[in-house]
Amino acid sequence: MVHGDVLVKSNRLIALDTYEMVLAGDLVQHIQLPGQFVHVKIGEGSTHMLRRPFSIADYNPETNEFVLVYKLIGEGTTWLSQLRMGDSLDVLGPLGNGFQIQGIQKQRILVVGGGVGVPPLYNLVKQLSAHNQVTAILGYQSIDSVFYEEEFNKWADVHIATDDGSYGSKGFVTDVINQLNLSVDQYFSCGPLGMLRSVQNNMEGYEGFLSVEERMGCGVGACFACVCPAKNEKGYVKICQDGPVFDAREVTL
Amino acid sequence: MNLSVRLGELELKNPIMPASGCFGFGKEFSQFYNLNNLGAIVIKAATGEARFGNPTPRVAETPSGMLNAIGLQNPGVDQIFEQELPFLESFDTPVIANVAGSTEDEYLSVSEKLSNSKTVKALELNISCPNVKEGGIQFGTDPELAYQLTRRVKNVIDKPLFVKLSPNVTDIVGIAKAIEEAGADGLSMINTLTGMKIDLKTHQPIIANETGGLSGPAIKPIAIRMIHHVRKETRLPIIGMGGIVSAEDVLEFLLAGADAVAIGTANFQNPYICQEIIDTLPDVLESYGYQSLDQVREVAMQ
Repeated sequence: MVHGDVLVKSNRLIALDTYEMVLAGDLVQHIQLPGQFVHVKIGEGSTHMLRRPFSIADYNPETNEFVLVYKLIGEGTTWLSQLRMGDSLDVLGPLGNGFQIQGIQKQRILVVGGGVGVPPLYNLVKQLSAHNQVTAILGYQSIDSVFYEEEFNKWADVHIATDDGSYGSKGFVTDVINQLNLSVDQYFSCGPLGMLRSVQNNMEGYEGFLSVEERMGCGVGACFACVCPAKNEKGYVKICQDGPVFDAREVTL
Repeated sequence: MNLSVRLGELELKNPIMPASGCFGFGKEFSQFYNLNNLGAIVIKAATGEARFGNPTPRVAETPSGMLNAIGLQNPGVDQIFEQELPFLESFDTPVIANVAGSTEDEYLSVSEKLSNSKTVKALELNISCPNVKEGGIQFGTDPELAYQLTRRVKNVIDKPLFVKLSPNVTDIVGIAKAIEEAGADGLSMINTLTGMKIDLKTHQPIIANETGGLSGPAIKPIAIRMIHHVRKETRLPIIGMGGIVSAEDVLEFLLAGADAVAIGTANFQNPYICQEIIDTLPDVLESYGYQSLDQVREVAMQ
């Protein structure tokens, strides 16, 4: 984990209220697995006292670049969206534990993402696709919100669902899981809590890993802001420090 | 510049310490800098049994501050004693253990246990947590209850006792005087102010507990005012806190009458903040014409 300024290489609108920001900095050399996150300082001075956590969507140690995809939801993300090429950003990371992908080979993998839960699955799919057969089900609100479809298509068999049916199939990602009736060895998922719960229930009995989202304080495990009940000795996990990726059988969402 | 300060029996290398609840039990922040550099470490509140705390979301940002409603999540005093304190033993930095409870008996037994640790050099009695339904703040808003609890805790421990005051009162001076009379060795002030933030889209409070404790620079003027008033009425050492983000802020707290300061919310924005403030404090004091902390204190007393 390192702390310091990274350089904004690009910051562009890729779907409704959704931005992709490419950043460059040495923290890329410390990223171990897809699914880890960075804790981003917003603005100057003391106006914004809380950093914002964002999952790393993609990274490349050779170019020293990593990618964040974020949705405009408030003051912090609005400020981020105004950064331009050449600006710097104060980032703490990489933080947390990512998707354990070492040694996964010749498996039938299902990846399920919803909205801003889609980004951390991108590098995961890229890496898994080298030795596995990957199906990705991606859910969005409507056609305007769809992003990264082409990118995922390079590495996986992609199915899109939208809430209003304006693109792909109408309904939830779990509807698509049921329609496809796939044979699956392992699954990975990230998205809003409601979606994660449905996926967890739907895929009960399968080996699976969930990336869980929550409002965070320190981001390093000291403040106990982002805990989640779990079936372990302590009865909880800290999302920032123990996660954000958990064995689906471990956490109670 | 020599930054050492004395808080009654307690000797600190410098007046800077992380505030309780913002620093866990030290382990996480030890990856950022050497904890030996701190004046003291105030660890997260301990209760008799393990507590899970409140449902999430537990934090929300507000202008120049944040709300939190963690709800005193902690592994319980026995686990803290066995699992957390040994790590801090290896540092040459006094540990101040924060004590919380729902009942007087709980406060007493937790205080007694922590006081028996050789790592713990002082206790901080948390009678000001706004985020739990029972106990806590009720002891901090009634001078008579505050007096009784302070007195009884003081009777079962053999370490200095700081009492952490709530700003959610009309007369903080009255509470402070009651606590001094009861035999406390110092005051920590201020804890958070109760606040709320509503999500415009869902019409619901963002914090699951609905209310949370407001901290950060937004509350600094309130902390300064309260310390200034309490300082005039008591001789007890004061650990000041409430929105400190810089060495200039530390000077302001010292001028208000604090003897040392604790840094809370700023640790989340900048995990190196305590170290940075320790490093810059001598230059900032000199730039305002002070050659020592004693000189600041003399000005503050005038």
